[in-house]
Amino acid sequence: MTEVIAVTGLTKIYGTKRVVDDFDITVPRGAIYGFLGPNGSGKTTTIRMLCGLLTPDAGQGTCLGYDIRAQADRIKEQVGYMTQKFSLYEDLSIRENLDFIGRMYRVRDRGARVAAALDDLGLANRAGQLAGTLSGGWKQRLALAACLLHDPKLLLLDEPTAGVDPKARRDFWDEIRRLSGQGVTVLVSTHYMDEAVQCDRIAYIAYGKKLIDGPSADIPKQVGLETWRVEGPDLAALEVRVKTMPGIVQVARFGASLHVSGTDKQAFENTIETLKAEGTHRWSEQVAGLEEAFIYLMAGSRDNFAATEDKVGSS
Amino acid sequence: MSSMFSIGRFAAVLIKEFIQMRRDRVTFAMMIGLPIVQLMLFGFAINADPRHLPTLIELGDNGPITRAVIAGMQNSDYFDFLGTVGGEAEGNEALRQGGANFVVVIPPNFERDVMRGHRPEVLLDADASDPSAVGGAAGALGGIVQVAISETFNGPLAGIVSPPPPFSVIVHRQYNPEGKTSTNIVPGLLAIILSMTMVMITAVAIVKETERGTMEMLIATPVRPLEVMLGKILPYVFVGYVQTIVFLSAAYLVFNVPFEGSKLAFFVGFNLFIVVNLALGFLISTAARSQMQAMQLSFFTILPSILLSGFMFPFAGMPGWAQFLGQGVPATHFLRITRKVMLKGAETGDIMPEMGALVVTLLVVSAIAMLRYRQTLD
Repeated sequence: MTEVIAVTGLTKIYGTKRVVDDFDITVPRGAIYGFLGPNGSGKTTTIRMLCGLLTPDAGQGTCLGYDIRAQADRIKEQVGYMTQKFSLYEDLSIRENLDFIGRMYRVRDRGARVAAALDDLGLANRAGQLAGTLSGGWKQRLALAACLLHDPKLLLLDEPTAGVDPKARRDFWDEIRRLSGQGVTVLVSTHYMDEAVQCDRIAYIAYGKKLIDGPSADIPKQVGLETWRVEGPDLAALEVRVKTMPGIVQVARFGASLHVSGTDKQAFENTIETLKAEGTHRWSEQVAGLEEAFIYLMAGSRDNFAATEDKVGSS
Repeated sequence: MSSMFSIGRFAAVLIKEFIQMRRDRVTFAMMIGLPIVQLMLFGFAINADPRHLPTLIELGDNGPITRAVIAGMQNSDYFDFLGTVGGEAEGNEALRQGGANFVVVIPPNFERDVMRGHRPEVLLDADASDPSAVGGAAGALGGIVQVAISETFNGPLAGIVSPPPPFSVIVHRQYNPEGKTSTNIVPGLLAIILSMTMVMITAVAIVKETERGTMEMLIATPVRPLEVMLGKILPYVFVGYVQTIVFLSAAYLVFNVPFEGSKLAFFVGFNLFIVVNLALGFLISTAARSQMQAMQLSFFTILPSILLSGFMFPFAGMPGWAQFLGQGVPATHFLRITRKVMLKGAETGDIMPEMGALVVTLLVVSAIAMLRYRQTLD
């Protein structure tokens, strides 16, 4: 079995709103798969359906070889799910929390495993401290340790590093990389760009629909942005002016330069030619990177995506 | 097979609940303090046959018969004489202001009219805005006056006193010979305290998981609903035991409430009642979205327990529809069990109708609760 997750047509409806709409995804074993999308786009709902916390209204598929509808219990035993909000018991100590999770998954050699987890965390001498008194970064590390206690084959991480400082985030990702190297599959939702670039594959979701899916390196091409870099005096004024010109879909500031992007090659190049002719700024063509692509995706509305998809389809 | 009940997971939930209970000092204090405080309040403060009520007297006459009547009233403990009033207006004002509950009016020429056999009328003006406050005293007055007068007239004047009625009614106060309110209230109070704490604590304990976000983690583990339900309920059964022991000791030591009947009958009925309440609390927790809502819904069950169960007001005195509603309240049946066992000396066989009613309630409530408990977040 090389596919850890293979689902098609996954749909969840709340009232009249299709929170997740006809969602397909295939996640190969050992991959780090990123779920990207704005708040409320259905990332959390999708993850919950994959691990059996929510029953899909339509769609089917397997997770770890078990049917997501009928065998949720089996899936739960082999999945480590880290919730968006800290969801261990704040009025239990660190050790009591790990012990509780160990019992829940019927971990063998529980005492030794908990002690090892405490050592790995560097919390062995604070094991009696209440979990609620830990800082955000420590809570996140404890939560990760708790979901790894039973050696899950699949990790579902729902915005795991929200509110965590950059150093802790880097450590966190080192750990994820290490696990992935050991064959653990990781599915992580995020809206941090620097986390997205850590993923092997990326699915971009908005309004419950998956709009883009592929290896991270291919994402800029899929989005289809043409980008030029501009340097020179008074970029702020230029930014305001350029934004409204034909063919320009995005102007993003990168330090002392602007990255001007467009998707309609013809219109975009005409505008760039006009601007270059003014001779006030230095223009250079740029290969669109993941960052431009994400800024574009995050900022865009549904109609823009529809246009993008058409373009991707026709090129 | 993975879907089977796991003792390990059940124990995990159980241990966790005990740890959390121990750390939550306010709840813990409430569990132990509530029975004692309520017992003291209800046991000492509530009296359905109040004595020593403030009384004024309007003296239209003064003589040995009048003095005998007043002395008789004072001796009865029902009336505490505060003083005299000058006339009707003053007496009415005192009643209206609440300065006195009674004004006794001895008419002018009372002594002479009695001697002549004119049967003069002694007026007892009562503040009946609270009927239960004045009922006992007013009912006792006729007898008091009768006795007072007959003691005054002996010898040749004895003929003035009207002859005794041709028959007499003897009221035999069974199970509570002194008519003490605490003997009635205390056993019933156990039913109220247990419904209050058991329902509320259980309801809150489960909603707390949802509200704090720990429910998402809990159901992401392979734990089964039954393991969660039992693991969460059993610690509170223990709490119910502690409460009952505290309560029964206090009832015996402070109020001398007897325990006449079978201890086994009590034990069986008591366990059943606790489980019914916990199931009810669990049901509430499946409907409530927050701890606040759980509290409000718990109160919704507590009020009928107090008002419709026969705890505050005699069950048989309620209209038919209210009795019908009262039958559905678990406290109604446990209240009958405690009164039957503690006061009437009932055996296990005597409480079967109540046990039957509690079992039916338990089955209905748990069935709904298990159906409503979600293993998913839907």
